[in-house]
Amino acid sequence: MSTGNMNLTLKVWRQKNNNTKGALVDYKLSGISPDMSFLEMFDVLNEDLINKGEEPVVFDHDCREGICGMCSMFINGRPHGPKDLVTTCQLHMRSFKDGDTIVVEPWRAAAFPVVKDLTVDRSAFDRVIAAGGFISVNTGNAQDANNLPIPKMQADAAFEAAACIGCGACVATCKNASAMLFVSAKISQLALLPQGQPERYRRVQSMVAQMDAEGFGNCTNTGACEAECPKGISLENIARMNRDFATSKFISEETV
Amino acid sequence: MSDINSNIPEGDLTSKWTKYKSSVPLVNPSNKRTIEVIIVGSGLAGASAAATLAEMGYKVKCFCFQDSPRRAHSIAAQGGINAAKNYQNDGDSIYRLFYDTIKGGDYRAREANVHRLAEVSANIIDQCVAQGVPLAREYGGLLDNRSFGGTQVQRTFYAAGQTGQQLLLGAYSALERQVGMGKVEMYTRHEMLEVVKIDGKARGIIARNLITGEIERHFGHAVVLGTGGYGNVFYLSTNAMGSNVTAAWKAHKQGAYFANPCYTQIHPTCIPVSGDHQSKLTLMSESLRNDGRIWVPKKKDDNRKASEIPEDERDYYLERRYPAFGNLVPRDVASRAAKERCDAGYGVGASKLAVYLDFKANTERYGKIEAAKAGNHNPDKETCMRLGTAVIKEKYGNLFDMYAQITGENPYETPMRIYPAVHYTMGGLWVDYNLMTSVPGLYCTGEANFSDHGANRLGASALMQGLADGYFVLPYTIGAYLSKEISTKAIPTDHPAFVEAEARAVGILNTLINIKGTKSVDHFHKRLGHIMWEKCGMARNEKGLNEAIQEIRALREEFWKEVRVPGAANELNPELEKAGRVADFIELGELMCIDALNRNESCGGHFREEYQTEEGEALRDDENYAYVAAWEFKEGVNFELHKEELKFENIKVAQRSYK
Repeated sequence: MSTGNMNLTLKVWRQKNNNTKGALVDYKLSGISPDMSFLEMFDVLNEDLINKGEEPVVFDHDCREGICGMCSMFINGRPHGPKDLVTTCQLHMRSFKDGDTIVVEPWRAAAFPVVKDLTVDRSAFDRVIAAGGFISVNTGNAQDANNLPIPKMQADAAFEAAACIGCGACVATCKNASAMLFVSAKISQLALLPQGQPERYRRVQSMVAQMDAEGFGNCTNTGACEAECPKGISLENIARMNRDFATSKFISEETV
Repeated sequence: MSDINSNIPEGDLTSKWTKYKSSVPLVNPSNKRTIEVIIVGSGLAGASAAATLAEMGYKVKCFCFQDSPRRAHSIAAQGGINAAKNYQNDGDSIYRLFYDTIKGGDYRAREANVHRLAEVSANIIDQCVAQGVPLAREYGGLLDNRSFGGTQVQRTFYAAGQTGQQLLLGAYSALERQVGMGKVEMYTRHEMLEVVKIDGKARGIIARNLITGEIERHFGHAVVLGTGGYGNVFYLSTNAMGSNVTAAWKAHKQGAYFANPCYTQIHPTCIPVSGDHQSKLTLMSESLRNDGRIWVPKKKDDNRKASEIPEDERDYYLERRYPAFGNLVPRDVASRAAKERCDAGYGVGASKLAVYLDFKANTERYGKIEAAKAGNHNPDKETCMRLGTAVIKEKYGNLFDMYAQITGENPYETPMRIYPAVHYTMGGLWVDYNLMTSVPGLYCTGEANFSDHGANRLGASALMQGLADGYFVLPYTIGAYLSKEISTKAIPTDHPAFVEAEARAVGILNTLINIKGTKSVDHFHKRLGHIMWEKCGMARNEKGLNEAIQEIRALREEFWKEVRVPGAANELNPELEKAGRVADFIELGELMCIDALNRNESCGGHFREEYQTEEGEALRDDENYAYVAAWEFKEGVNFELHKEELKFENIKVAQRSYK
């Protein structure tokens, strides 16, 4: 069993709700083990606060194994912290040093309003998916799955795009608060598969329109999203989305 | 001996479902438009049902406590989904999937339900592929399969180590499509706190908006709970932090029987506990057992590194004890075997509560194959390991990365250390063949019900059951009930039953806030988990269970005097949410111990130390315990047992053997 001996100073964003102003608040922590996850370190902080009669810090988290996409902390200026390809819940304290000061903020974007402390509202993502991130097939008598062979490379490429966990790190890190990596990942997954072809151009138009309506910014090819994405979603997806979007404009309204 | 009716249709096992489907009463399209269905939970079972019912024309409301339906814990399932497709031409069939599932469940599941599950399994794969779920493929473009525990065929479909994610995102897409069309009203960050019953029928729910704390009343002609399992009663489990039993438990307190609560699945391959700070345990997929060999040193308290222990000083205990299935024995068997070795002093790592999962032999084997493909028929060891590592990386890369991230060790170089952890709960709300609980109009699907896995679930069968229930079973069976409800008008939510249910929910919230005790919710949850793991975990006995019941009762009393819930009820307050859930877990924990004490036999995940064979295998008592234990809640946290006899007409019940 590991014993903890790290001492840390945290600067954590506290904000009661979306109508009040927030501020960074300092907390001192001691006895932190390098084997703890970042969220377990927050559990220790919250237990301390509760025992002192203060209100614990509210933060989103659920699966704690890097797949649900719920955790969302902006740590020392980077979404999900200093390590590449991991979510906050999979970041461990061995990535920090004894005596460190760590600044923790919520995702910041107009389309992701703060709910409380480190929790933000990401429902805009659901509305973008509802606008077209699907194949229109009802449950019922789908044909035998092997009647539609799909080349392995193509299936693998679709899978890589589909690995997006919808956490919103791409939006949080983008200077334009653009959601194009998220949106293009879904568009690419379906555009790469034969099942996705019938609605391909209608899909890209309606999803992009919804993305704009939600107040996300545009892409200026900085690439921060790709660099910070915990699942390594590629910038190529944005190129594919732009190409499909442009193509869709050359197709008459009736066929889209 | 049954005193409850499971409503299994008459007739031959293989034709029951087909006949049922073609004779079940229907609801015509114009009536569907006025019928409202409430679905609680948005995982595989909930999202698939919500999407399908909306496609059929019903008015659907779907609730989840997360910020998006895509976050439900089905997303974390790694290894795969079973289906009797026989794409590998290895002799698979509906009957074999049915047989493996009944046997794997240690002859404690209902034949008719399991056969239906096997029948619809193939449709699930077809449906998911049609939705654009990118399942793994071979170079010829056809779907790939792998093996899972408890079977001798390859029937598991997968998407790397993220099968649950891909299947859930498929169901989520289908659900959001209906949301976009206005056919499903989605309520995220809402928690169900009560079932509303009118004239004995489920007619709605009370839910709390977790952002504002507002209490809401929602009417439905029927209510479906797809709210997942209760593994978090142990505090440490592979479940998500928010996974809870509250919806199912509130239904139980309103009359829904809770079946076989003591059947819990301890998964053999999880990352061991590293310290007291631990908040959850992480699974390493069962698919790893395809290519990993499990071993411990032959010498007790061997402190050498794994790499320093020569081959002939290693005990591959699963291969030794179960030569026919080897490393692919079912989960309950593998978990107990690991515990047996560690208890006997052969465990590895700092805590000595771990065994090795070693990929070296198969890495080398794959390397040889790869070298041969490139024309090198006599490769040296280093070449084999280099080429083989690339193969392993493609198959399990994300799992290996996760292991490295959590433990700080490189699993490509040193064997993984693994130990069993709580993973899945076979028990749940009792349902009949229609998936209806003992409360008319209240349905239960997926892990939340008890129905298909008996006393032990086979790997890759949870995804199958969740989607079978939601896509292909419930949409038919719920019609049988709703066809009689077409003249029932929507009941206004100022009906006294709604007022009363809301008062119950608000009463509990206010009590929790006002206790203002001295100990945090987590403090109680950890203590409950400790009691459950020690006395109602991988092995149980009469003395321990009796002690546990007393300890849990004392804990319950202390909880309601000493818990401290900071903040208010009219705001986002995760401590208040947790407090309500832990209060329910404490009551459930007691019932689990009562059920385990009642079942004087060992079967599947329920291992009573008093009942084992000379070789240490589970010893069933078919004469006295071939029944489903369905518990009815009685005033003051008491429980009354009802029995549903299990009849095996198509399978010869036998001592389970994987030797």
